[in-house]
Amino acid sequence: MVQSPHESCPIQLTAPWPVAVSDRDRAGRRGGSGTLSAPGALSSDDEAVTAAPAQQGLLPDGSLPELAARHGLTPSAARPSPLAYLKQLWQRRHFVVAFATARNMAMYSEARLGQVWQILTPLLNAAVYFLIFGVILDTKRGVPNFIAFLVTGVFIFNFTQRSFLIASRVINDSLPLIRALHFPRACLPLGYVLIELQQMAISVVVLVVIVLVTGEPLTWYWLLVLPAIALQTFFNVGTALVLARIGAGVEDVSQLIPFIVRTWLYASGVMFFIPALSTLYLHEKISYLLQINPAAVYIELVRNSLLTSLRHTVSTYKPYNHALCAAQKAANQVHPSANPAALDHCHLVVANSSLWVYGVGWAAVALVIGYFVFWRAEVTYGRG
Amino acid sequence: MAEPMVVVDDLHVVYRVFGSKSDKGTAATALLRMLRRQHRPSVREVHAIRGVSFVANRGDAVGVIGRNGSGKSTLLRAIAGLLPPEQGAVYTTGHASLLGVNAALLDDLTGERNVVVCGLAMGMSPREVKDKYQGIVDFSGVGDFINLPMRAYSTGMGSRLRFAIASARQHEVLLIDEALVTGDAEFRVRSRERIEALRAQAGTVFVVAHSMAQIEETCNRVIWLEKGKIVRAGDDVPAIIDAYLAATGGEPLVRDGKGGRDGYLPAT
Repeated sequence: MVQSPHESCPIQLTAPWPVAVSDRDRAGRRGGSGTLSAPGALSSDDEAVTAAPAQQGLLPDGSLPELAARHGLTPSAARPSPLAYLKQLWQRRHFVVAFATARNMAMYSEARLGQVWQILTPLLNAAVYFLIFGVILDTKRGVPNFIAFLVTGVFIFNFTQRSFLIASRVINDSLPLIRALHFPRACLPLGYVLIELQQMAISVVVLVVIVLVTGEPLTWYWLLVLPAIALQTFFNVGTALVLARIGAGVEDVSQLIPFIVRTWLYASGVMFFIPALSTLYLHEKISYLLQINPAAVYIELVRNSLLTSLRHTVSTYKPYNHALCAAQKAANQVHPSANPAALDHCHLVVANSSLWVYGVGWAAVALVIGYFVFWRAEVTYGRG
Repeated sequence: MAEPMVVVDDLHVVYRVFGSKSDKGTAATALLRMLRRQHRPSVREVHAIRGVSFVANRGDAVGVIGRNGSGKSTLLRAIAGLLPPEQGAVYTTGHASLLGVNAALLDDLTGERNVVVCGLAMGMSPREVKDKYQGIVDFSGVGDFINLPMRAYSTGMGSRLRFAIASARQHEVLLIDEALVTGDAEFRVRSRERIEALRAQAGTVFVVAHSMAQIEETCNRVIWLEKGKIVRAGDDVPAIIDAYLAATGGEPLVRDGKGGRDGYLPAT
């Protein structure tokens, strides 16, 4: 089917290229709309800017935006409303789950031991910390059952840490997928946090075994682990959304995050019990702030659920009292004592009920901020 | 009456490239830049699309031709909404899906997983994916390789599977970037049929390719881009292709006398 060059053609030409333009009589049809026919407005090196744009073929009457609007066409790079975006996300929930599961399965496909690593990794993690802190340093720092205490901290912190690290790279790592397919981009950070959650679930099984082996009783309190980790997951999703947006624009962030996370690790009481840290005895504000930081909150919530020994220890601490603590410290300097009771007014312990409030608060704040921060840049991901 | 599916209105696309000749990208120059309080390495702008306007209607298969760097792929990415217009706008119905030959999907996953995950990503329901799975695999013709990670695929197999996945769903607008180049003769026939079917099901298809024979086989309209501007556009496909080949010094196409696009169909 050879068509004559002058047959009606729905593809128009506005470029000022005087090639084979036979029907110039159509030119100037869009007269008056200066921006449409001004290729020189943006580029100074247009060599052939003519007075009227050359039109080839048929152009529908009226301006192109009006034509588009009449046929219900929308700008291709438009951002959906926050609510519509949420609906799109919900519609792709199966994708998020399938993506996370497939990625998780593929993670160890190169390794000889394969999926065994899913269990080996947390076990080895725990073993390293046990070797260093339990055997070599023999740290207790006023904590009963230090090993279970430590392993809980390491596993819970690891979940947030890994979410942070991966979130800052998520957009750049998935560029091929982003450039090939249309889907709400928030699926990707969500999927990656879900991968970490799946690994966390395996870690929790390992954790439960370790806690039982170290002599903690099984109680109803253990059920509180589930809401605690759920809240932590929401918090991780929120922060992952923020980090994904930042990481998409500034590659440097993914280089910086390991240092930030490591500092955070030491500030969150993973390896020590913040209220028992003697350097904080006279700095109750710092102690309080450290205890309500999100990582410390979620670690402490899980510890209080799993470790009966810790729960009992904390309840024997007397309420924090600045004056009494100062007096006890002065007395302790005169007559040094190894008895923890000598300083029992110095432990500023944030109550478990407050921790739950903070846990919910951090999760809600992170989720809302993360959602809007990520959504605002939705159409920019994968460009460049 | 022709129903517009894609309206491109005086589109300008500008890439910003960081780094320039004067900046060697070493630590010393980066430090110097910080001391001088320059925010970024000097930004160079590449004006890739310079005022392109056209309307594509329901049922069109539009070929985009031009030399390397003429802005063909940029145009497709702008239509797909992956690049922001500097000026002007692109209007489409729903989302335009871009299918690029270089766009690897999830390389470390098996072909099977890719079909499922990408199908879901495109918005299919799990049931829809299940129903269409066998059809996608058969169409792609990768056979037993479907159970191997995609990194084990040859370039041709990979792009066939990608095309099979992307074309499994009814797209309002499908953008194909060199996707069929690597396919063998048999696959080209099949993909041509698939593109025809997509057009018949009232979609619009854009094809970017350097193979003029392929454009002439598949497309009923063609846009010739040069330095980000339209040189010629229209539905007299053979005439424009001949002019393009003459302008670029390419071998003229040898048609078999019937003169039509069907002249290129291998005997089936």
